[in-house]
Amino acid sequence: MKALDTSAREGMRASIATQKRRELLFSVLGFAALFLMFVTFVALFVDMISSGMDRLTLDFFTHFASRRAEQAGILAAWVGSFTVMLVTAFVAVPIGVGAGIYLEEYAPANKLTAIIEININNLAGVPSIVYGLLALGMFVHTLGLGATVLTAGLTLALLILPIVIVSTREAIRSIPGMIREAAYALGATRWQVVRHHVLPYSLPGILTGVIIGLSRAIGETAPIVTIGAVTFIAFLPESPISSTAPFVSFDWLMSPFTAMPIQIFNWTSRPEAAFQQNASAAALVLVAMTLVMNALAIWLRFRLRRNLKW
Amino acid sequence: MSSTATGTARAVVGNRMRYQASRHIKERIVELVLLLSAMVAVFTTLGIVYVLVKESLVFFRAVPIWDFISDSQWTPLFSDAHFGIGVLLSGTLTSSAIALTVAIPLGTIIAIYLSEFASERVREIWKPVLELLAGVPTIVFGYFALFFVTPMLQQFIPGLPGFNLLSAGLVMGVMIVPYISSISEDAMRAVPMSLREGSYAMGATRLQTALRVVVPAAFSGIAAAYILGISRAVGETMIVAVAAGMQPNLTLNPTQPAATITAYIVQVAKGDLPHGSVGYQTIFAAGLTLFLVTLVFNLLGFWLRRRYREVY
Repeated sequence: MKALDTSAREGMRASIATQKRRELLFSVLGFAALFLMFVTFVALFVDMISSGMDRLTLDFFTHFASRRAEQAGILAAWVGSFTVMLVTAFVAVPIGVGAGIYLEEYAPANKLTAIIEININNLAGVPSIVYGLLALGMFVHTLGLGATVLTAGLTLALLILPIVIVSTREAIRSIPGMIREAAYALGATRWQVVRHHVLPYSLPGILTGVIIGLSRAIGETAPIVTIGAVTFIAFLPESPISSTAPFVSFDWLMSPFTAMPIQIFNWTSRPEAAFQQNASAAALVLVAMTLVMNALAIWLRFRLRRNLKW
Repeated sequence: MSSTATGTARAVVGNRMRYQASRHIKERIVELVLLLSAMVAVFTTLGIVYVLVKESLVFFRAVPIWDFISDSQWTPLFSDAHFGIGVLLSGTLTSSAIALTVAIPLGTIIAIYLSEFASERVREIWKPVLELLAGVPTIVFGYFALFFVTPMLQQFIPGLPGFNLLSAGLVMGVMIVPYISSISEDAMRAVPMSLREGSYAMGATRLQTALRVVVPAAFSGIAAAYILGISRAVGETMIVAVAAGMQPNLTLNPTQPAATITAYIVQVAKGDLPHGSVGYQTIFAAGLTLFLVTLVFNLLGFWLRRRYREVY
C-alpha cells in the first residue's frame, strides 16, 4: 500500500517535471522566435549600411540618376516621392476622415452601410498591384491622365484609404457618448457635434492613422511601376510657386515622375556592383523615411494612451 | 401698438424658422458629402472589377478560357504565343508555400509567447519592434533577399541560381510574421480571463492552458490571421519580382527561378507595351486571377473574424 503511494507520488513528480520542462522549452522557443525576427532586422540594416553608407553624401541627394553609378543620385526620386505623397495626403485625408465620420456618426444600420463596410474590409486585403491595374485602366487610359504625379498620387490615395478610414473610426469610437449627449443637450446639430467635439478629440488618433498610411504609400512600388512610372528622369517637375502671375502653378501635377522605390528597383536590376551600392544607399534613405514616420505614429499613440483619461 | 408687437414677434419667428431651415439644409449637405466619401470605397471596388473584367473580356475573346487554364506554357510575347496561367500560378504557389512555412509557425509561436508568457514590459517593447518590421517597404525586403539571403543560401546549397523562389519565399515569410502574430495575439487576448483561471485552477501549466484552452478558443481569429497571411503572400509583388527572377517556369522546385503572377505584371508594365495589345491585356487577365484568388481568402478571413467576435 505504502509502496503504491510512493510510486504514485513519484509518477506525479515526474509528470510535473515534464510539464515544467515543456513550459521552459516553449519560453525559450518563443524568445528565440522573437530574437530571429530581431536578428533579421539587424542583418537588413547592417547589410544596407555596410554597402551603402559610402554613397550617402550630399551629392547623392542633389544629383539626378546617371549612367555612371558614381555620379548618380536620388534627386528626381525623392522630389517625386514627396510630390506624390502631397497629392496622396490631399486626397486620402479628407475622403478617409469623411468616410470614417460618416460610418461612426451618421450611418444608419441598413444595407448600404453594410455594403460600404464590407467593401472597406475587402479593399484592405486587395494586393497593391491590383490598384496599379485599376489606375492603368482607369486613370491612365480611360481618363487620359497619363503616368503623372497626379495619377500616382490618386492611386496611392485609394490604396491607403482603408487604413485612414479604419483608424479614424477607431479614434472616434474611443470618445465617450456622454460628450456627444452634452453637446446635443445644448442644442448642437449633428455636424456641430462632429465639428466642435468629435473631430478635435479624435485628431491625434486620426493623425496616427494618416502617418501610418503615408509611410505605407511612400514604400509602395508595385502600383506605380504598373502605371508606367519612368525610371530615368533628369529634370524636376515645374515649381508650384512662380514669381510671375498667376504665382501658383499646378503643372507639376501633370509632370512625369520617378519615386524612391522605383529608383531602388531600377538599380537592383542592374548587374554592376556600383549600382547595387546605390540601391543600398537609396534603400537606406527610404527605410529611414518609413521608420521615422512609423516611430512618430507609435510615439503619438503611446502618448495618447497615457494622456487620455475620460 | 399691439399690432407692431405681433409683427415683431412674427418677424422673430420668421427669422428663427429661416435660420432653422438653413441649418437643416447645411446639415443635409454635410451628410451627403460624408456619404459620398464613404461611397468612394464602393466606387473603388466597382472600378477594379470593371477595369479587370473589361480588359479580360477582350483577352478571352482572343484566347479561349480553357487554354488559359490548361496550357502548360506562358509565352504571351513570343510569336508562338501560349497563355497557360498555371505556369505563373505555380510560381505564386511555391513562393507562398515557402513564405507560409516560415510565417505560420513563427507568427503563432510569437503570438502565444507575447499573449500568454511575456510580461507586460516585454510585450510593450516587442510589439512596436514587430510593427516597425512590418513597416519596411517590400522593395527593401526584395533587395535584402537578392543581395543578402541568396548569397548566404548559396553557401549551403551549391549551385543555387542567383534568382530563386527559396530566398524570395523565406524573406516574404519574415515579412508576413508581424501580420500573423499581431492578429493572432489580438484574438488570444480577447479570450476571457475566466477561461484561463478555470484551467489554472485545474492545475494546468501556462503552456497547457495556452495550447488547450486559449488557442482553441481563439481559433477562428487565428485562422483569420493565417488566411490574411496567405492573401498577402499571394499578392506580394516586389520581393518576388526582384529576387525570384521573371522567367515563367512551370515548377514547384524552390531552388529554381520562376515568375509569379505579380512579377509578370510588373515585368510587362515596366516595359513599353502598347495600349490594347494582347500583351497589355494579359496583365489584366493575370490581375483578375489574382484578384479572385485573394478575394476568396479575404472573404473567408472576414467571415471567420466576424464569427469569433460573436462568441465573446
